[in-house]
Amino acid sequence: MTSRLRLLIAAVAVVALLIALPAVLRPYSLGLSTKMLIFALFAMSLDLLLGYTGLASLGHAAYFGVAAYTVALLTLRTGVNSGIAFPAALAAAAVTGALFAPLALRARGSYFLMITFALAQVVWSVAFGWRSLTNGDDGMPGVVRPNFGFSLNNTTAFYYFVLAIFGLCALVLVGIVNSPFGRALRGIRDSESRMQALGYDVWRYQYVAFVLAAAFAGIAGALYAYYNRFVGPEYLYVVQSAEALIMVILGGAGTLIGPAIGAALIVFLEDFVSSMTAHWVLVLGVIYVLVTLFAPHGLIGLLVDFRQRRSAK
Amino acid sequence: MTWLIHILNGVAFGMLLFLLASGLSLIYGLMKILNLTHGSFYLVGGYIGLTVMQFTGSFVLALLAGVIAIALVGAAIERFFLRRFHLEELPQTLLTFGFLFIFADLSLSIWGGDPQMLNEPEIFQSSVPLGYYSYPVYRLFLIAVGLAVAGGLWWFQERTRLGTMLRAGVDDAEIARALGINVSLLFTVVFAAGAGLAALAGVLAAPVLSLYPGADFDTLILAFVVVIIGGLGSLRGALAGALFVGIVDDFGKAFFPEFALFTVFVPMAFILVIRPTGLFGRR
Repeated sequence: MTSRLRLLIAAVAVVALLIALPAVLRPYSLGLSTKMLIFALFAMSLDLLLGYTGLASLGHAAYFGVAAYTVALLTLRTGVNSGIAFPAALAAAAVTGALFAPLALRARGSYFLMITFALAQVVWSVAFGWRSLTNGDDGMPGVVRPNFGFSLNNTTAFYYFVLAIFGLCALVLVGIVNSPFGRALRGIRDSESRMQALGYDVWRYQYVAFVLAAAFAGIAGALYAYYNRFVGPEYLYVVQSAEALIMVILGGAGTLIGPAIGAALIVFLEDFVSSMTAHWVLVLGVIYVLVTLFAPHGLIGLLVDFRQRRSAK
Repeated sequence: MTWLIHILNGVAFGMLLFLLASGLSLIYGLMKILNLTHGSFYLVGGYIGLTVMQFTGSFVLALLAGVIAIALVGAAIERFFLRRFHLEELPQTLLTFGFLFIFADLSLSIWGGDPQMLNEPEIFQSSVPLGYYSYPVYRLFLIAVGLAVAGGLWWFQERTRLGTMLRAGVDDAEIARALGINVSLLFTVVFAAGAGLAALAGVLAAPVLSLYPGADFDTLILAFVVVIIGGLGSLRGALAGALFVGIVDDFGKAFFPEFALFTVFVPMAFILVIRPTGLFGRR
């Protein structure tokens, strides 16, 4: 069997499994699966920047949270239809990215990390401080899910809604990373100066990647606002950004399937560990340390190593 | 007179920020590590001081215990973990973030979730008259300590042999190593010293600002703002940034309570636009 055919069969199997999930899972687990899909999308959006362009952002929650707040503010404060709030949220996240990117892209490495971190904290401080608009740290409950002629309040219906959007976004992301644009991004990741010498406008490629990553994070953020029917400043906090980072690294940066698996695993572990002990944060910290020490290229990297070792025998 | 009080408060707070930011900045300057555990060093150092104070009643012992314990923890983290990832910023970020979580959870288990305060030592419990108001001596003591540490660090960097080695390491670690300077030891010492300074800030802050879960993140963020404004790797930058943030934060809290943090972040964003490496930072 060729590897391409095997890949196709695997993809079909995963899609079939995802579609069949509501038939086998209880509502609670289905809700958890929905959350996994949302965070998988969030992690994939960050990987466009981290794994494909080589820019490690510690402020990706900004775009996730801006979109979530856009949904909440539009539906709760102005009474706009929740379905219309969705594209508005995506636009808000993309615009925030378009504004932040020129600031962040002036720096590389540690300074890039620090600037993205600081910019995200600016947004967080507005959400946290501006009580009259956002309720501060109490957050905004009562976000309604959109209604497209059928209700999404049912767990199964909402799961399919998220799955459809996730599938669409995943297809677009696969298209982006395999396009000439995506190849140029990988070239920039490996050597900025070489791509510059080849005549690529490196800054423009990085800018577009930054805005795209923000937009996809925004889609995830808007979905999460619907999922929880609530938004709070923690959506924008550095912890959220750092969780996205570990999801990407745990799965394997530079692939799309890796971050999705990493996100699903972290979401599952958070639920599982929290049901047994109050020390999820400790476990999460240990995961950070262990992944950095023993799986710097993520689970995908471990798998590749394992296969190479086996074929070498 | 109110504005004088605000400025004094701002300077006192700025001095605490300087203790934090100078360590963060020294560590970055020498080994290019962005230490996200810095806020935890502050918080856990403060908690250790609190416990020692409760048992012994001695503020000096509390200071010593907090600083030494955290300096040792810092040395261990540098030796056994960060060292493996020299100049790799992503693994360093993940590691230091991991330790931030680990310390946050452990200190919540040990010291609980309620905000806790330390009583200031008796000699500093009085106030001095200041026009119609009176001003707590302890805050003046904070300003004095901050200035003393700033002076001490400057003297150490410019006038001592170890300081010269440090500057050589900051300029070019490889060449410094080739010249026979024990850069490996220098890394551990500087990381431990930076951690100790953060702990010193934690114990000193405990009588004024309470210690609570989340203070690690809050102080880390403010220290970041300070080094972004002042520039990483520069003592002068850390001092200028800390005073600026301390004063702006105090006025912001007094006059725009809803946007208290925002008043600090706006100048920071502005400085990022004109000088991405901060006022005194090097490229």
